[in-house]
Amino acid sequence: MTQTDRITIFFAWTIGIICIIFLMLPIIITVATSFTSSAVYTLPPPEWSLRWYRSLDRRSGLWEAVQLSLNLALISTAISIVLGTMAAIAVARGEFRGKQAIATFTVSPLMMPGLVVGVAMLQFFREIGLRDAYWSLLLAHVVITLPFVMRTLLASMGAFDFSLIDAARTLGMSYPRAILKVLIPNLAPAYLTGGLFAFLASMDNYPISIFLTDARNKTLPIKMLQYLEEQPDPSLAAMSSGLIVMAIVVLVVASRTVGLNKMIDT
Amino acid sequence: MIARSNRIALLAVPGLAFLAIIYALPLFLLLFKSIQGAEGLTLASYIDFFGDEFNRTVLWRTLRVALLTTLLALVIAYPTAFAMARAKGIWLTVFLVALVLPMSLGVIVKAFAWSILFRSNGFINTTLQAIGITDEPVRMLFTETALVIGAANVFLPFMVLPIYSVIRQLNKSLPEAASSLGATPWFRFTRVTLPLSLPGVVAGSAFTFSLAISMYVIPSLIVGERQQTLSMLIARSFLYLRNEPLGSTISAVLLAIAIFVVLFSSWLAGRLGARQ
Repeated sequence: MTQTDRITIFFAWTIGIICIIFLMLPIIITVATSFTSSAVYTLPPPEWSLRWYRSLDRRSGLWEAVQLSLNLALISTAISIVLGTMAAIAVARGEFRGKQAIATFTVSPLMMPGLVVGVAMLQFFREIGLRDAYWSLLLAHVVITLPFVMRTLLASMGAFDFSLIDAARTLGMSYPRAILKVLIPNLAPAYLTGGLFAFLASMDNYPISIFLTDARNKTLPIKMLQYLEEQPDPSLAAMSSGLIVMAIVVLVVASRTVGLNKMIDT
Repeated sequence: MIARSNRIALLAVPGLAFLAIIYALPLFLLLFKSIQGAEGLTLASYIDFFGDEFNRTVLWRTLRVALLTTLLALVIAYPTAFAMARAKGIWLTVFLVALVLPMSLGVIVKAFAWSILFRSNGFINTTLQAIGITDEPVRMLFTETALVIGAANVFLPFMVLPIYSVIRQLNKSLPEAASSLGATPWFRFTRVTLPLSLPGVVAGSAFTFSLAISMYVIPSLIVGERQQTLSMLIARSFLYLRNEPLGSTISAVLLAIAIFVVLFSSWLAGRLGARQ
Protein backbone atom coordinates (compact mmCIF):
# COMPACT_ATOMS: atom_id res chain seq x y z
CA MET A 1 0.00 0.00 0.00
CA THR A 2 1.48 3.28 -1.07
CA GLN A 3 1.32 6.64 0.64
CA THR A 4 -1.30 7.86 -1.85
CA ASP A 5 -3.48 4.82 -1.11
CA ARG A 6 -3.40 5.58 2.58
CA ILE A 7 -4.34 9.21 1.97
CA THR A 8 -7.21 8.15 -0.32
CA ILE A 9 -8.56 5.68 2.20
CA PHE A 10 -8.23 8.19 5.03
CA PHE A 11 -10.08 10.77 2.93
CA ALA A 12 -12.87 8.30 2.07
CA TRP A 13 -13.32 7.38 5.73
CA THR A 14 -13.42 11.03 6.80
CA ILE A 15 -16.18 11.81 4.31
CA GLY A 16 -17.92 8.55 5.25
CA ILE A 17 -18.06 9.52 8.93
CA ILE A 18 -19.24 13.04 8.06
CA CYS A 19 -21.91 11.38 5.91
CA ILE A 20 -23.10 9.22 8.84
CA ILE A 21 -23.42 12.29 11.08
CA PHE A 22 -25.15 14.24 8.30
CA LEU A 23 -27.68 11.44 7.74
CA MET A 24 -28.42 11.01 11.43
CA LEU A 25 -28.78 14.73 12.12
CA PRO A 26 -32.55 15.04 11.40
CA ILE A 27 -33.23 12.02 13.64
CA ILE A 28 -31.18 13.48 16.47
CA ILE A 29 -32.93 16.86 16.13
CA THR A 30 -36.36 15.25 16.09
CA VAL A 31 -35.76 13.07 19.13
CA ALA A 32 -34.08 15.92 21.05
CA THR A 33 -36.90 18.39 20.41
CA SER A 34 -39.57 15.84 21.33
CA PHE A 35 -38.45 15.91 24.98
CA THR A 36 -38.65 19.67 25.35
CA SER A 37 -40.83 21.42 27.89
CA SER A 38 -41.20 24.43 25.61
CA ALA A 39 -44.18 24.93 23.33
CA VAL A 40 -41.96 25.86 20.39
CA TYR A 41 -39.09 24.03 18.75
CA THR A 42 -35.89 25.18 20.46
CA LEU A 43 -32.52 23.54 20.58
CA PRO A 44 -31.22 22.63 23.05
CA PRO A 45 -34.49 22.31 25.00
CA PRO A 46 -34.72 24.65 28.02
CA GLU A 47 -35.97 21.78 30.15
CA TRP A 48 -36.71 18.12 29.50
CA SER A 49 -40.27 16.94 29.67
CA LEU A 50 -42.64 14.27 28.41
CA ARG A 51 -45.57 16.62 27.92
CA TRP A 52 -45.64 16.28 24.13
CA TYR A 53 -45.84 12.52 24.39
CA ARG A 54 -48.78 12.90 26.76
CA SER A 55 -50.42 15.41 24.43
CA LEU A 56 -50.49 12.93 21.56
CA ASP A 57 -53.78 11.25 22.41
CA ARG A 58 -55.55 14.61 22.55
CA ARG A 59 -54.64 15.36 18.97
CA SER A 60 -57.87 15.15 17.04
CA GLY A 61 -57.77 13.29 13.78
CA LEU A 62 -54.22 12.07 14.24
CA TRP A 63 -55.08 8.45 14.99
CA GLU A 64 -57.59 8.35 12.16
CA ALA A 65 -54.82 9.53 9.85
CA VAL A 66 -52.41 6.90 11.20
CA GLN A 67 -55.04 4.21 10.70
CA LEU A 68 -55.82 5.30 7.15
CA SER A 69 -52.13 5.43 6.23
CA LEU A 70 -51.44 2.01 7.75
CA ASN A 71 -54.48 0.59 5.98
CA LEU A 72 -53.44 2.02 2.59
CA ALA A 73 -49.79 0.99 3.02
CA LEU A 74 -50.61 -2.60 4.02
CA ILE A 75 -53.28 -3.27 1.40
CA SER A 76 -51.44 -1.55 -1.47
CA THR A 77 -48.19 -3.37 -0.63
CA ALA A 78 -50.05 -6.70 -0.56
CA ILE A 79 -51.66 -6.01 -3.96
CA SER A 80 -48.29 -4.93 -5.36
CA ILE A 81 -46.64 -8.11 -4.13
CA VAL A 82 -49.23 -10.23 -5.97
CA LEU A 83 -49.10 -8.20 -9.21
CA GLY A 84 -45.32 -7.79 -8.93
CA THR A 85 -44.64 -11.51 -8.39
CA MET A 86 -46.67 -12.42 -11.48
CA ALA A 87 -45.05 -9.78 -13.66
CA ALA A 88 -41.53 -10.56 -12.44
CA ILE A 89 -42.01 -14.30 -13.15
CA ALA A 90 -43.20 -13.40 -16.65
CA VAL A 91 -40.10 -11.26 -17.26
CA ALA A 92 -37.75 -13.87 -15.80
CA ARG A 93 -39.26 -16.93 -17.53
CA GLY A 94 -41.41 -15.83 -20.44
CA GLU A 95 -40.11 -15.73 -24.00
CA PHE A 96 -41.09 -12.45 -25.59
CA ARG A 97 -39.57 -9.19 -26.75
CA GLY A 98 -39.39 -5.97 -24.81
CA LYS A 99 -38.50 -7.36 -21.38
CA GLN A 100 -36.22 -4.40 -20.74
CA ALA A 101 -39.03 -2.03 -21.68
CA ILE A 102 -41.38 -3.77 -19.22
CA ALA A 103 -38.79 -3.49 -16.48
CA THR A 104 -38.25 0.23 -17.19
CA PHE A 105 -41.99 0.88 -17.37
CA THR A 106 -42.91 -0.87 -14.13
CA VAL A 107 -40.13 0.85 -12.18
CA SER A 108 -40.68 4.27 -13.81
CA PRO A 109 -43.32 5.63 -11.36
CA LEU A 110 -40.42 5.98 -8.91
CA MET A 111 -38.91 8.70 -11.07
CA MET A 112 -42.06 10.54 -12.12
CA PRO A 113 -42.95 13.79 -10.35
CA GLY A 114 -45.45 12.90 -7.62
CA LEU A 115 -47.55 16.03 -7.96
CA VAL A 116 -47.96 15.47 -11.70
CA VAL A 117 -48.98 11.84 -11.21
CA GLY A 118 -51.44 13.02 -8.55
CA VAL A 119 -52.95 15.69 -10.80
CA ALA A 120 -53.21 13.30 -13.73
CA MET A 121 -54.94 10.68 -11.57
CA LEU A 122 -57.32 13.26 -10.09
CA GLN A 123 -58.42 14.37 -13.54
CA PHE A 124 -58.68 10.79 -14.79
CA PHE A 125 -60.69 9.53 -11.80
CA ARG A 126 -63.04 12.49 -12.15
CA GLU A 127 -63.54 11.69 -15.81
CA ILE A 128 -64.39 8.03 -15.22
CA GLY A 129 -66.67 9.03 -12.33
CA LEU A 130 -64.63 7.58 -9.45
CA ARG A 131 -65.39 9.97 -6.61
CA ASP A 132 -64.63 7.83 -3.60
CA ALA A 133 -61.49 9.15 -1.87
CA TYR A 134 -60.53 5.85 -0.27
CA TRP A 135 -60.62 3.87 -3.52
CA SER A 136 -58.77 6.63 -5.40
CA LEU A 137 -56.08 6.64 -2.73
CA LEU A 138 -55.80 2.86 -2.75
CA LEU A 139 -55.37 2.67 -6.55
CA ALA A 140 -52.79 5.48 -6.39
CA HIS A 141 -50.87 3.77 -3.59
CA VAL A 142 -50.60 0.56 -5.61
CA VAL A 143 -48.86 2.68 -8.27
CA ILE A 144 -46.57 4.07 -5.53
CA THR A 145 -45.69 0.67 -4.05
CA LEU A 146 -45.46 -1.52 -7.18
CA PRO A 147 -42.11 -0.09 -8.46
CA PHE A 148 -40.34 -0.87 -5.16
CA VAL A 149 -41.60 -4.45 -5.22
CA MET A 150 -40.82 -4.83 -8.94
CA ARG A 151 -37.29 -3.48 -8.57
CA THR A 152 -36.23 -6.01 -5.93
CA LEU A 153 -38.18 -8.91 -7.44
CA LEU A 154 -36.78 -8.39 -10.95
CA ALA A 155 -33.24 -8.37 -9.58
CA SER A 156 -33.66 -11.42 -7.37
CA MET A 157 -35.63 -13.51 -9.87
CA GLY A 158 -32.94 -12.85 -12.44
CA ALA A 159 -30.60 -14.76 -10.14
CA PHE A 160 -33.08 -17.45 -9.08
CA ASP A 161 -32.58 -20.99 -10.35
CA PHE A 162 -35.93 -21.82 -11.91
CA SER A 163 -35.01 -25.48 -12.37
CA LEU A 164 -36.08 -25.80 -8.72
CA ILE A 165 -39.63 -25.01 -9.86
CA ASP A 166 -39.37 -27.59 -12.62
CA ALA A 167 -38.16 -30.12 -10.06
CA ALA A 168 -41.10 -29.35 -7.78
CA ARG A 169 -43.44 -29.81 -10.72
CA THR A 170 -41.88 -33.13 -11.62
CA LEU A 171 -42.59 -34.17 -8.04
CA GLY A 172 -46.26 -33.45 -8.67
CA MET A 173 -46.81 -29.88 -7.50
CA SER A 174 -48.99 -27.61 -9.54
CA TYR A 175 -47.34 -24.47 -10.95
CA PRO A 176 -48.99 -22.00 -8.53
CA ARG A 177 -48.22 -24.32 -5.63
CA ALA A 178 -44.58 -24.62 -6.71
CA ILE A 179 -44.35 -20.82 -6.81
CA LEU A 180 -45.88 -20.56 -3.35
CA LYS A 181 -43.84 -23.36 -1.74
CA VAL A 182 -40.49 -23.02 -3.52
CA LEU A 183 -40.00 -19.64 -5.16
CA ILE A 184 -41.42 -17.32 -2.50
CA PRO A 185 -39.62 -18.89 0.50
CA ASN A 186 -36.37 -18.80 -1.48
CA LEU A 187 -36.81 -15.14 -2.29
CA ALA A 188 -37.95 -14.17 1.21
CA PRO A 189 -35.19 -11.51 1.59
CA ALA A 190 -36.30 -9.78 -1.61
CA TYR A 191 -39.92 -9.85 -0.50
CA LEU A 192 -39.04 -8.42 2.89
CA THR A 193 -36.88 -5.64 1.42
CA GLY A 194 -39.18 -4.71 -1.44
CA GLY A 195 -42.20 -4.89 0.82
CA LEU A 196 -40.58 -2.76 3.50
CA PHE A 197 -39.50 0.00 1.13
CA ALA A 198 -42.90 -0.08 -0.59
CA PHE A 199 -44.63 0.19 2.77
CA LEU A 200 -42.47 3.16 3.82
CA ALA A 201 -42.99 4.93 0.48
CA SER A 202 -46.74 4.59 0.85
CA MET A 203 -46.71 5.79 4.47
CA ASP A 204 -44.60 8.80 3.50
CA ASN A 205 -46.32 9.84 0.28
CA TYR A 206 -47.58 13.40 0.22
CA PRO A 207 -47.56 14.73 -3.36
CA ILE A 208 -49.85 12.12 -4.93
CA SER A 209 -52.20 11.73 -1.96
CA ILE A 210 -52.82 15.48 -1.56
CA PHE A 211 -54.88 15.54 -4.75
CA LEU A 212 -56.98 12.50 -3.87
CA THR A 213 -57.97 13.11 -0.26
CA ASP A 214 -61.19 14.61 0.98
CA ALA A 215 -62.15 16.05 4.37
CA ARG A 216 -62.77 12.62 5.88
CA ASN A 217 -59.87 10.72 4.35
CA LYS A 218 -56.60 12.42 5.28
CA THR A 219 -53.41 10.39 5.28
CA LEU A 220 -50.74 10.85 7.94
CA PRO A 221 -48.32 13.05 5.93
CA ILE A 222 -51.18 15.36 4.93
CA LYS A 223 -52.36 15.65 8.53
CA MET A 224 -48.78 16.25 9.67
CA LEU A 225 -48.11 19.08 7.22
CA GLN A 226 -51.47 20.59 8.15
CA TYR A 227 -50.48 20.54 11.84
CA LEU A 228 -47.12 22.09 11.06
CA GLU A 229 -48.87 24.95 9.31
CA GLU A 230 -51.59 25.44 11.91
CA GLN A 231 -49.95 24.83 15.27
CA PRO A 232 -46.31 23.75 15.08
CA ASP A 233 -45.80 22.35 18.57
CA PRO A 234 -43.39 19.51 19.38
CA SER A 235 -46.08 16.82 19.54
CA LEU A 236 -45.18 15.88 15.96
CA ALA A 237 -41.59 15.34 17.06
CA ALA A 238 -42.92 13.08 19.81
CA MET A 239 -44.95 11.05 17.34
CA SER A 240 -42.02 10.80 14.92
CA SER A 241 -39.78 9.60 17.73
CA GLY A 242 -42.31 6.85 18.33
CA LEU A 243 -42.12 5.91 14.65
CA ILE A 244 -38.30 5.88 14.85
CA VAL A 245 -38.44 3.41 17.74
CA MET A 246 -40.76 1.22 15.67
CA ALA A 247 -38.37 1.44 12.72
CA ILE A 248 -35.45 0.41 14.94
CA VAL A 249 -37.40 -2.67 16.07
CA VAL A 250 -38.17 -3.56 12.43
CA LEU A 251 -34.50 -3.05 11.47
CA VAL A 252 -33.27 -5.27 14.29
CA VAL A 253 -35.70 -8.03 13.28
CA ALA A 254 -34.80 -7.61 9.60
CA SER A 255 -31.07 -7.70 10.26
CA ARG A 256 -31.46 -10.85 12.36
CA THR A 257 -33.54 -12.65 9.75
CA VAL A 258 -32.17 -11.33 6.46
CA GLY A 259 -29.05 -9.32 7.22
CA LEU A 260 -28.87 -5.59 6.57
CA ASN A 261 -26.40 -5.92 3.75
CA LYS A 262 -28.63 -8.33 1.87
CA MET A 263 -31.56 -6.01 2.40
CA ILE A 264 -30.08 -3.06 0.57
CA ASP A 265 -28.35 -5.16 -2.04
CA THR A 266 -31.36 -5.86 -4.21
CA MET B 1 -42.02 -25.71 -23.81
CA ILE B 2 -42.41 -22.63 -25.97
CA ALA B 3 -46.14 -22.76 -25.46
CA ARG B 4 -45.63 -22.73 -21.71
CA SER B 5 -43.22 -19.81 -21.75
CA ASN B 6 -45.81 -17.92 -23.75
CA ARG B 7 -48.40 -18.73 -21.16
CA ILE B 8 -45.98 -17.55 -18.48
CA ALA B 9 -45.63 -14.26 -20.33
CA LEU B 10 -49.35 -13.74 -19.73
CA LEU B 11 -48.63 -13.42 -16.01
CA ALA B 12 -47.35 -9.91 -16.71
CA VAL B 13 -50.72 -8.82 -18.06
CA PRO B 14 -52.57 -7.88 -14.82
CA GLY B 15 -49.74 -5.71 -13.48
CA LEU B 16 -49.06 -4.07 -16.83
CA ALA B 17 -52.74 -3.47 -17.51
CA PHE B 18 -53.13 -1.92 -14.08
CA LEU B 19 -50.20 0.46 -14.59
CA ALA B 20 -51.30 1.26 -18.13
CA ILE B 21 -54.79 2.30 -17.02
CA ILE B 22 -54.18 3.89 -13.62
CA TYR B 23 -50.76 5.44 -14.28
CA ALA B 24 -49.76 5.75 -17.97
CA LEU B 25 -53.17 6.66 -19.40
CA PRO B 26 -53.80 9.57 -16.96
CA LEU B 27 -50.33 10.96 -17.69
CA PHE B 28 -50.91 10.64 -21.41
CA LEU B 29 -54.28 12.40 -21.13
CA LEU B 30 -52.63 15.19 -19.14
CA LEU B 31 -50.01 15.68 -21.86
CA PHE B 32 -52.68 15.52 -24.54
CA LYS B 33 -54.93 18.06 -22.83
CA SER B 34 -52.06 20.51 -22.52
CA ILE B 35 -51.78 20.73 -26.34
CA GLN B 36 -55.50 20.65 -26.99
CA GLY B 37 -56.92 24.03 -27.98
CA ALA B 38 -60.41 25.23 -28.88
CA GLU B 39 -59.77 24.28 -32.47
CA GLY B 40 -57.30 21.50 -32.95
CA LEU B 41 -53.89 21.00 -31.43
CA THR B 42 -51.93 24.01 -30.27
CA LEU B 43 -48.77 24.86 -28.40
CA ALA B 44 -50.26 28.17 -27.23
CA SER B 45 -50.17 27.30 -23.53
CA TYR B 46 -46.48 26.45 -23.79
CA ILE B 47 -45.72 29.65 -25.68
CA ASP B 48 -47.52 31.57 -22.93
CA PHE B 49 -45.67 29.65 -20.24
CA PHE B 50 -42.18 30.11 -21.66
CA GLY B 51 -42.96 33.70 -22.67
CA ASP B 52 -43.37 34.71 -19.04
CA GLU B 53 -40.09 35.66 -17.45
CA PHE B 54 -41.23 34.59 -13.98
CA ASN B 55 -41.88 31.06 -15.26
CA ARG B 56 -38.48 30.90 -16.92
CA THR B 57 -36.84 31.96 -13.65
CA VAL B 58 -38.72 29.23 -11.78
CA LEU B 59 -37.82 26.60 -14.38
CA TRP B 60 -34.17 27.60 -14.26
CA ARG B 61 -34.17 27.62 -10.44
CA THR B 62 -35.76 24.16 -10.34
CA LEU B 63 -33.10 22.73 -12.67
CA ARG B 64 -30.25 24.51 -10.85
CA VAL B 65 -31.38 23.33 -7.40
CA ALA B 66 -31.80 19.76 -8.68
CA LEU B 67 -28.36 19.81 -10.30
CA LEU B 68 -26.63 21.24 -7.21
CA THR B 69 -28.45 18.75 -4.98
CA THR B 70 -27.31 15.87 -7.19
CA LEU B 71 -23.72 17.15 -7.22
CA LEU B 72 -23.61 17.64 -3.43
CA ALA B 73 -25.08 14.18 -2.87
CA LEU B 74 -22.57 12.67 -5.32
CA VAL B 75 -19.57 14.39 -3.70
CA ILE B 76 -20.56 12.98 -0.30
CA ALA B 77 -21.80 9.62 -1.58
CA TYR B 78 -18.85 8.53 -3.71
CA PRO B 79 -16.16 8.52 -1.00
CA THR B 80 -18.73 7.15 1.45
CA ALA B 81 -19.57 4.23 -0.82
CA PHE B 82 -15.82 3.69 -1.24
CA ALA B 83 -15.29 3.57 2.53
CA MET B 84 -18.37 1.34 2.98
CA ALA B 85 -17.06 -1.18 0.48
CA ARG B 86 -13.95 -1.56 2.69
CA ALA B 87 -15.87 -1.50 5.98
CA LYS B 88 -16.44 -4.66 7.99
CA GLY B 89 -18.37 -5.74 11.06
CA ILE B 90 -19.72 -2.99 13.28
CA TRP B 91 -18.67 -0.18 10.91
CA LEU B 92 -20.61 -1.69 8.04
CA THR B 93 -23.65 -1.96 10.31
CA VAL B 94 -23.25 1.69 11.34
CA PHE B 95 -23.16 2.76 7.68
CA LEU B 96 -26.17 0.64 6.76
CA VAL B 97 -28.23 1.82 9.73
CA ALA B 98 -27.36 5.46 8.93
CA LEU B 99 -28.63 4.91 5.38
CA VAL B 100 -31.78 2.95 6.14
CA LEU B 101 -33.01 4.40 9.45
CA PRO B 102 -33.60 7.97 8.15
CA MET B 103 -35.96 6.52 5.54
CA SER B 104 -38.34 5.64 8.36
CA LEU B 105 -38.50 9.32 9.34
CA GLY B 106 -40.94 10.86 6.90
CA VAL B 107 -39.73 13.54 4.52
CA ILE B 108 -41.97 16.10 6.24
CA VAL B 109 -40.35 15.58 9.62
CA LYS B 110 -36.88 15.54 8.06
CA ALA B 111 -37.42 18.79 6.18
CA PHE B 112 -38.92 20.36 9.28
CA ALA B 113 -35.91 19.27 11.35
CA TRP B 114 -33.68 21.08 8.85
CA SER B 115 -35.81 24.19 9.03
CA ILE B 116 -35.30 24.20 12.82
CA LEU B 117 -31.53 23.92 12.34
CA PHE B 118 -31.41 26.72 9.78
CA ARG B 119 -33.44 29.26 11.78
CA SER B 120 -31.69 32.50 12.67
CA ASN B 121 -31.97 31.53 16.34
CA GLY B 122 -31.39 27.90 15.44
CA PHE B 123 -28.68 25.48 16.38
CA ILE B 124 -26.24 26.26 13.55
CA ASN B 125 -26.39 30.00 14.13
CA THR B 126 -26.03 29.70 17.90
CA THR B 127 -23.00 27.47 17.39
CA LEU B 128 -21.42 29.77 14.82
CA GLN B 129 -21.85 32.71 17.18
CA ALA B 130 -20.62 30.79 20.20
CA ILE B 131 -17.35 29.83 18.54
CA GLY B 132 -16.99 33.36 17.22
CA ILE B 133 -17.19 32.72 13.47
CA THR B 134 -19.93 35.32 13.15
CA ASP B 135 -21.35 38.03 15.39
CA GLU B 136 -24.77 38.25 13.87
CA PRO B 137 -27.06 35.41 12.86
CA VAL B 138 -26.52 34.33 9.27
CA ARG B 139 -29.70 34.13 7.23
CA MET B 140 -29.95 30.52 6.17
CA LEU B 141 -33.59 29.51 6.19
CA PHE B 142 -35.36 30.55 2.97
CA THR B 143 -32.10 30.39 0.98
CA GLU B 144 -31.28 28.14 -1.93
CA THR B 145 -28.21 26.82 -0.09
CA ALA B 146 -30.39 25.60 2.77
CA LEU B 147 -32.70 23.92 0.28
CA VAL B 148 -29.83 22.13 -1.48
CA ILE B 149 -28.38 20.91 1.83
CA GLY B 150 -31.76 19.69 3.08
CA ALA B 151 -32.62 17.98 -0.20
CA ALA B 152 -29.21 16.32 -0.49
CA ASN B 153 -29.70 15.01 3.03
CA VAL B 154 -33.06 13.45 2.21
CA PHE B 155 -31.93 11.91 -1.11
CA LEU B 156 -28.42 10.85 -0.05
CA PRO B 157 -29.28 7.17 0.61
CA PHE B 158 -30.53 6.84 -2.98
CA MET B 159 -27.15 8.04 -4.21
CA VAL B 160 -24.96 6.00 -1.84
CA LEU B 161 -26.71 2.64 -2.24
CA PRO B 162 -26.34 2.13 -6.03
CA ILE B 163 -22.71 3.30 -5.98
CA TYR B 164 -21.96 1.07 -2.99
CA SER B 165 -23.45 -2.00 -4.60
CA VAL B 166 -21.36 -1.46 -7.75
CA ILE B 167 -18.08 -0.72 -5.94
CA ARG B 168 -18.60 -3.69 -3.63
CA GLN B 169 -18.94 -6.08 -6.54
CA LEU B 170 -15.96 -4.56 -8.26
CA ASN B 171 -13.24 -7.16 -8.29
CA LYS B 172 -10.70 -5.99 -5.73
CA SER B 173 -7.84 -7.59 -7.62
CA LEU B 174 -8.37 -5.34 -10.66
CA PRO B 175 -6.90 -2.15 -9.19
CA GLU B 176 -4.18 -4.28 -7.56
CA ALA B 177 -3.33 -5.87 -10.88
CA ALA B 178 -3.11 -2.43 -12.42
CA SER B 179 -0.88 -1.39 -9.56
CA SER B 180 1.47 -4.37 -9.93
CA LEU B 181 1.80 -3.50 -13.60
CA GLY B 182 3.15 -0.15 -12.51
CA ALA B 183 0.07 2.05 -12.82
CA THR B 184 0.13 5.16 -10.67
CA PRO B 185 -2.70 5.53 -8.13
CA TRP B 186 -4.24 8.35 -10.20
CA PHE B 187 -4.11 6.22 -13.35
CA ARG B 188 -5.64 3.28 -11.46
CA PHE B 189 -8.49 5.42 -10.20
CA THR B 190 -9.30 7.18 -13.48
CA ARG B 191 -8.82 4.14 -15.72
CA VAL B 192 -9.98 1.24 -13.56
CA THR B 193 -12.06 2.09 -10.48
CA LEU B 194 -13.95 5.11 -11.79
CA PRO B 195 -15.11 3.65 -15.14
CA LEU B 196 -16.23 0.43 -13.45
CA SER B 197 -18.23 2.32 -10.85
CA LEU B 198 -19.90 4.63 -13.39
CA PRO B 199 -23.10 2.54 -13.75
CA GLY B 200 -23.76 3.08 -10.04
CA VAL B 201 -23.03 6.80 -10.39
CA VAL B 202 -25.43 7.09 -13.35
CA ALA B 203 -28.20 5.18 -11.55
CA GLY B 204 -27.83 7.17 -8.33
CA SER B 205 -27.54 10.55 -10.07
CA ALA B 206 -30.54 9.95 -12.34
CA PHE B 207 -32.66 8.91 -9.40
CA THR B 208 -31.54 11.79 -7.18
CA PHE B 209 -31.99 14.33 -9.97
CA SER B 210 -35.51 13.17 -10.80
CA LEU B 211 -36.48 13.25 -7.12
CA ALA B 212 -34.94 16.72 -6.78
CA ILE B 213 -36.67 18.35 -9.77
CA SER B 214 -40.05 17.20 -8.51
CA MET B 215 -39.68 17.65 -4.74
CA TYR B 216 -42.47 19.61 -3.13
CA VAL B 217 -42.48 19.08 0.64
CA ILE B 218 -38.82 19.99 1.16
CA PRO B 219 -38.89 23.41 -0.59
CA SER B 220 -42.23 24.34 0.92
CA LEU B 221 -40.84 23.79 4.43
CA ILE B 222 -37.31 25.16 3.86
CA VAL B 223 -37.76 28.06 1.41
CA GLY B 224 -41.51 28.60 1.46
CA GLU B 225 -43.27 30.80 -1.05
CA ARG B 226 -40.33 33.15 -1.54
CA GLN B 227 -38.54 31.01 -4.06
CA GLN B 228 -40.96 28.96 -6.09
CA THR B 229 -40.05 25.74 -7.88
CA LEU B 230 -42.03 24.05 -10.65
CA SER B 231 -43.69 21.68 -8.17
CA MET B 232 -44.75 24.55 -5.96
CA LEU B 233 -46.22 26.36 -8.98
CA ILE B 234 -48.19 23.22 -9.84
CA ALA B 235 -49.54 22.87 -6.32
CA ARG B 236 -50.38 26.56 -6.19
CA SER B 237 -52.23 26.55 -9.51
CA PHE B 238 -54.31 23.51 -8.61
CA LEU B 239 -54.85 23.78 -4.87
CA TYR B 240 -55.05 27.55 -4.35
CA LEU B 241 -55.55 29.38 -7.64
CA ARG B 242 -57.79 26.68 -9.14
CA ASN B 243 -56.21 27.47 -12.48
CA GLU B 244 -56.24 24.01 -14.05
CA PRO B 245 -54.98 24.86 -17.56
CA LEU B 246 -51.91 26.61 -16.13
CA GLY B 247 -51.30 23.76 -13.69
CA SER B 248 -51.60 21.20 -16.49
CA THR B 249 -49.09 23.05 -18.65
CA ILE B 250 -46.49 23.26 -15.85
CA SER B 251 -47.18 19.59 -15.03
CA ALA B 252 -46.52 18.66 -18.65
CA VAL B 253 -43.22 20.60 -18.63
CA LEU B 254 -42.08 18.87 -15.45
CA LEU B 255 -43.25 15.51 -16.78
CA ALA B 256 -41.30 16.02 -20.01
CA ILE B 257 -38.11 16.71 -18.02
CA ALA B 258 -38.70 13.60 -15.88
CA ILE B 259 -39.31 11.38 -18.90
CA PHE B 260 -36.19 12.75 -20.54
CA VAL B 261 -34.13 11.92 -17.43
CA VAL B 262 -35.51 8.35 -17.34
CA LEU B 263 -34.84 7.73 -21.04
CA PHE B 264 -31.43 9.43 -21.05
CA SER B 265 -30.19 7.58 -17.97
CA SER B 266 -31.38 4.21 -19.22
CA TRP B 267 -29.69 4.90 -22.58
CA LEU B 268 -26.49 5.89 -20.76
CA ALA B 269 -26.67 2.81 -18.53
CA GLY B 270 -27.14 0.65 -21.62
CA ARG B 271 -24.08 2.18 -23.29
CA LEU B 272 -21.95 1.76 -20.17
CA GLY B 273 -23.10 -1.85 -19.93
CA ALA B 274 -22.27 -2.50 -23.57
CA ARG B 275 -18.78 -1.04 -23.21
CA GLN B 276 -17.83 -3.45 -20.45
